Amino acid sequence: MHIAVLMKRVPETTARVRPAAGGRSVEVQGGETIISTYDEIALERAIQLREAGVATKLTVVCLGAAEATKEVRKALAMGADEGLLLVDAEPFRDPASAAEVLAGAVKDLGAQLVICGWKALDDDSAVVGGCVAARLGWAYASFATKLDVAGGTATVHREMEGATEVLAVALPAVITVQKGLAEPRFASLKGIMAAKKKPLVEKPAPAASNASALDAYLPPPDRPPGRIVGEGVAAVAELVRVLKEEVHAL
Amino acid sequence: MPYEAPDFMDVDGLLTDDERVVRDTVRSFVEERVMPDIGKHFEEGTFPHNLIPEMGEMGLLGASLEGYGCAGMNETTYGVICRELERGDSGVRSFVSVQGSLVMYPIHTFGSEEQKQRWLPKLAAGKAVGCFGLTEPDFGSDPGGMITNAKPTADGWVLNGAKMWITNGTIADVAVVWAKTPEGIRGFLVEKGTKGYTTRDTERKWSLRASHTSELYFDDCHVSKDAILPGSTGLVSALMCLNSARYGIAWGAIGAAQACYDEALRYAKTRIIYKKPMGRFQLVQQKLVEMLTGITNGQLLAWRLGNLKDTGKSHFTHVSMAKRNNVKMALECARTTRDMLGASGITHEYVSGRHMANLESVITYEGTHDIHALIVGMHVTGLNALGND
Repeated sequence: MHIAVLMKRVPETTARVRPAAGGRSVEVQGGETIISTYDEIALERAIQLREAGVATKLTVVCLGAAEATKEVRKALAMGADEGLLLVDAEPFRDPASAAEVLAGAVKDLGAQLVICGWKALDDDSAVVGGCVAARLGWAYASFATKLDVAGGTATVHREMEGATEVLAVALPAVITVQKGLAEPRFASLKGIMAAKKKPLVEKPAPAASNASALDAYLPPPDRPPGRIVGEGVAAVAELVRVLKEEVHAL
Repeated sequence: MPYEAPDFMDVDGLLTDDERVVRDTVRSFVEERVMPDIGKHFEEGTFPHNLIPEMGEMGLLGASLEGYGCAGMNETTYGVICRELERGDSGVRSFVSVQGSLVMYPIHTFGSEEQKQRWLPKLAAGKAVGCFGLTEPDFGSDPGGMITNAKPTADGWVLNGAKMWITNGTIADVAVVWAKTPEGIRGFLVEKGTKGYTTRDTERKWSLRASHTSELYFDDCHVSKDAILPGSTGLVSALMCLNSARYGIAWGAIGAAQACYDEALRYAKTRIIYKKPMGRFQLVQQKLVEMLTGITNGQLLAWRLGNLKDTGKSHFTHVSMAKRNNVKMALECARTTRDMLGASGITHEYVSGRHMANLESVITYEGTHDIHALIVGMHVTGLNALGND
């Protein structure tokens, strides 16, 4: 079985993001780029399945900037067999068109199982996995906290309020994963050296039309100025009143 | 708040993808495995032994050596590893410097095939620990004056003498010991438990507290013929090891400086003084800019030195300049940060006091600040001011 892990390169959570001049793009200040956290969890589980012999091949697929080679290299160093970087020339890519590109890549690879994070850390759209499944016409399960594969079926645990839902999902399928499914390993230096010999294919992302167009990035509204309600112990009663009646925080 | 490594001029943009993957990996390792406990280890004067096999598994020990279970990375990568580890603590970086540059490197470079097979895979995996015995109680900057000697016997050698300020001494399974023989200074591998070989930790330190600093004693210590490092040819062999370690320190110090700057900047933005954030004051901004400029200079110096080493063009005087500059810069950053934090700076809640105390060792060991000035000075003038001519 061939597993494809879809992964996105995103700014670290410590990065500060704000609209760039003109409002058509965002500026990222500070922080490095990383593999989106949930995608990295998906990758870890895929590597475990590969090491256990359940999968015979593991390819990571990344749609993003040419600089994302660093993240794909890291995935190869952790244990993926091959990397595919679809270099995106689009300044804006909506989730539906991202899914169209990724589904096409998965089809070309001939993978039977796709695993990815339930959302990317940067845009929070949380629909790409589902859209890929729809494009491929495959089964789909989301928010997996446990994933096992045997005999053409994936067993997926999903945490619900008061219960754990256990699904049997017939392959081919797309599974999106939630925190807790696996703990990503540190890449070893030997893994990084070995990754140099693994294939990393870079090619331009095929054309796919956006279903929606970007109008603008607006800055968040200014925070209202703070208010001093009084001083010392005497202010407590007023503070409680404001929290209760005006802010409804109590 | 998570650590944000300052990199004002994107100097890390000069690194390759692989070098940056190593950086990210070691940085996460330090965040997750070193930072939670390092303050406690420093306070209690203990080394985090649990990290040894973990660092071995990651390939951080002897990372730039080829074969025998070593990762075979380039020198720049070794530097990046040291920088990220010392962001956590100089003691943890010291462990890796000693194991890789002072123990594995001499075995790899001067050892017999049998010595390499016996020790390198275990040392690389963190299943064995090594130490390096050169400095003596009365001979630090002038190691050639050492008293420790090795006399040939019918079936080997007998060692007598003492070594001091030896990182990892008490926990080492093997010591690389330098001793005077009738044919000059040579290196020996002395195994833990050898009769006549004892060790003791130097207690009551206020620097490098999360690190073992030890004394080694050799009292009619008999070792076999094959304990000698056959390729070691004199004091120059020991100095080659130091050169490798000093290179790692030139990078490591940047990490300590970055940790302090990150703390100082955070504090300056959030600490309110005279009803304004502290960072609004001119003197505070000047301090931050001095620190950041020093770090940027240090990054460029280290990167260029790594590049020279990787292309076989570096000279030991380059290493001296970088070690000297970067450690002084880091110590100044730590002292400045401690000062900016006011009274809070003396507590264990903040990292700058710990780094400041550690860097007082780092500026002394592996060639003091002054000795490195004289090494570079001798090179540029052609005149020896070291007193050993």
